[in-house]
Parts: sequence; structure tokens; C-alpha cells
Amino acid sequence: MNPTAAAIVALAAGTYAFRLVGPVLHGRVELPGRVQELLSSGALVLLVALLATGALMEAQGFAGWARPAGVLVGGVLAWRRAPFVIVVLAAAATTASLRAAGVA
Amino acid sequence: MRSLLRTPTVPPELLRDVALVCLASGVVGLSFGAIAVAGGLPVWVPVVMSLVVYAGSAQFSTVGVLLAGGGPVAAAATGLLLNTRTAAFSLAVADVLGRGRFSRLVGAHLVTDETVAFALAQPDPERRRAAYWISGLGLYVVWNVCVLVGALAGSAIGDTGTYGLDAAFPAVLVALVLPALREGPSGVRRAAVTGAVVALAVAPFVPAGVPVLLALAGLLTPMPGRTS
Repeated sequence: MNPTAAAIVALAAGTYAFRLVGPVLHGRVELPGRVQELLSSGALVLLVALLATGALMEAQGFAGWARPAGVLVGGVLAWRRAPFVIVVLAAAATTASLRAAGVA
Repeated sequence: MRSLLRTPTVPPELLRDVALVCLASGVVGLSFGAIAVAGGLPVWVPVVMSLVVYAGSAQFSTVGVLLAGGGPVAAAATGLLLNTRTAAFSLAVADVLGRGRFSRLVGAHLVTDETVAFALAQPDPERRRAAYWISGLGLYVVWNVCVLVGALAGSAIGDTGTYGLDAAFPAVLVALVLPALREGPSGVRRAAVTGAVVALAVAPFVPAGVPVLLALAGLLTPMPGRTS
């Protein structure tokens, strides 16, 4: 197999194995309520960490001001219970406008 | 999946929200296909990778390592590290996937940041299931079709940063997790904020994928009303 294909197969197999952890354990292992709670909190913690790093970081450095400014606008709108579509479009539009105006 | 077809009412706003995320993912998929091919990889690489790996951030990182000459082992390892979080996500949505073997095997492949966020944002199990499958199947189809188109179109696609799409994805997550954070117990809020601070603090020093895993340390903050 060529090396690139081998990398794709390894990545695909490993990723699918990660994704099977939940469905395979579910119904087989009786998880106590405390653990169930911890799992949904854990997913929330992961999502918040993803959005924080996604908003501020690009690779291992600061993403520049345009992106976090857009996410902040989206966050304020979400806090004020604006519809999902408005939140997402406002975030993208803010960042796009800042970049068009020369803000990185 | 059968239970999805039996679901009498799928709220129209859910369909609209999913459609918007599909649209944004589609544009990112176009750029993924285009970047991979413009960088010198054959068309099948981004196309097959999208079908069988199906994880946006891991695909970008893996192709990035391949294009930078990092070699297949480093490329696969980078992608795998980024995807470890899908194990935790699959545990969180395991009850949403249904009981049948087929729906669990298919549903597992659809575990992504967006589908989990959509599912967890719903108020009851029936809606969680509908949100998971609608967003999962919609995103899978749109992502793969767009990667193929992008790979064939090559460098004709411009920089998606111009459209602010890199801000759209964190905003999607903000919109989906905010209700749960606002209405959930304060312990979860504290854990999430602590986790985000940890992730940001270590991000400059560790490989991609690790910061988010270390954020789980936020769960160690004491939860009120619990012995810890």
C-alpha cells in the first residue's frame, strides 16, 4: 500500500474505534448516574474548550483580532437569545468585514 | 433511524439551523478539497479521507502534515490525536444512536463536534435523536460532495477566511452550548470555564488536539452538592 493510503487507513480505523467507544459500551456496562452526569458535563467542557481555542488560536499562535471579534459578536447575540442563524451569520460577517477593512 | 421517520414533528427551526451549518461546512469542504489538490495531492486523497475519516479539523491537520513533507506516520498521529475527543463525544451521545446494531455502527461514524452540539442542545430524548440524525446525515452528504467538488475545482476556490467562516464555527458552538451552560448547574459552568482557560494556557506549548483534552481537567473543579 502506498504510504499516504496507509496513513488514511490508520487514521480512519483509529478514528472509528474512538467513535465506537460510546455505542459499544452503551447497554453493556451499567454506568452509575454520577458517571452519566460526568459524561455530559465532559462533552460540554470539550465543546467550550473547542470554541475558545477555535476563536482565539490558529495552530499554536494567536488567530488575530478579526476572528475573536466576530465570535464575540456572535456570543453577545446568543446571550441575548438571538436566533441561531443571526448569531452565526453576524459572527462571520463581522470577521469578514474586519478583514476587508484590513484588520487581520 | 426508524424512530426518526416516526418522529411526527421535526421543528422547522432545527432544519433551518442544520441547513446553515451544512452550508458553512460545505464551503469549508470545498476549500479542503481545493487545498489538498492545489498542494499536490491526487484527487482521491481528500475524497477518500473525507468519506472514511470524516473529521474536518483532523483532515486539515493530516493533509497539512502530508503537504509539509512530515511523512505518513506523523500525519496519521496528528489526526488521531485531534480525534481522541470523539471517544468522549460518542459516550455522551450513545443513547441517541438507538439500539439496533446498524444504527449504532452508522451513527458512530457521524460523531462530530457539530452533531454532538446539536444533539445536546435539544430538550428531550426524541428531539435529541432527531437533531443528531438530521445534522449527522446532512453534514456527511454535504461535506463529502463539497470536498469532491473542491478537489476537482482545485485552486479556483479562494481563501475561506475572506468570508469569516473561521469565526462561524466557534459561533455555532457558542449558540449551541450557551443554553445548556446558562440553565445547567453552576458546577458545569465552572468546569467549562476552567477547562477553556486550561486549554488556552497550554495551547502554545503542546501539539494540536492536546489542549482540548487537558480541558477535561476542568471537571475536577468541585461540583456543589457532591462529595468530591
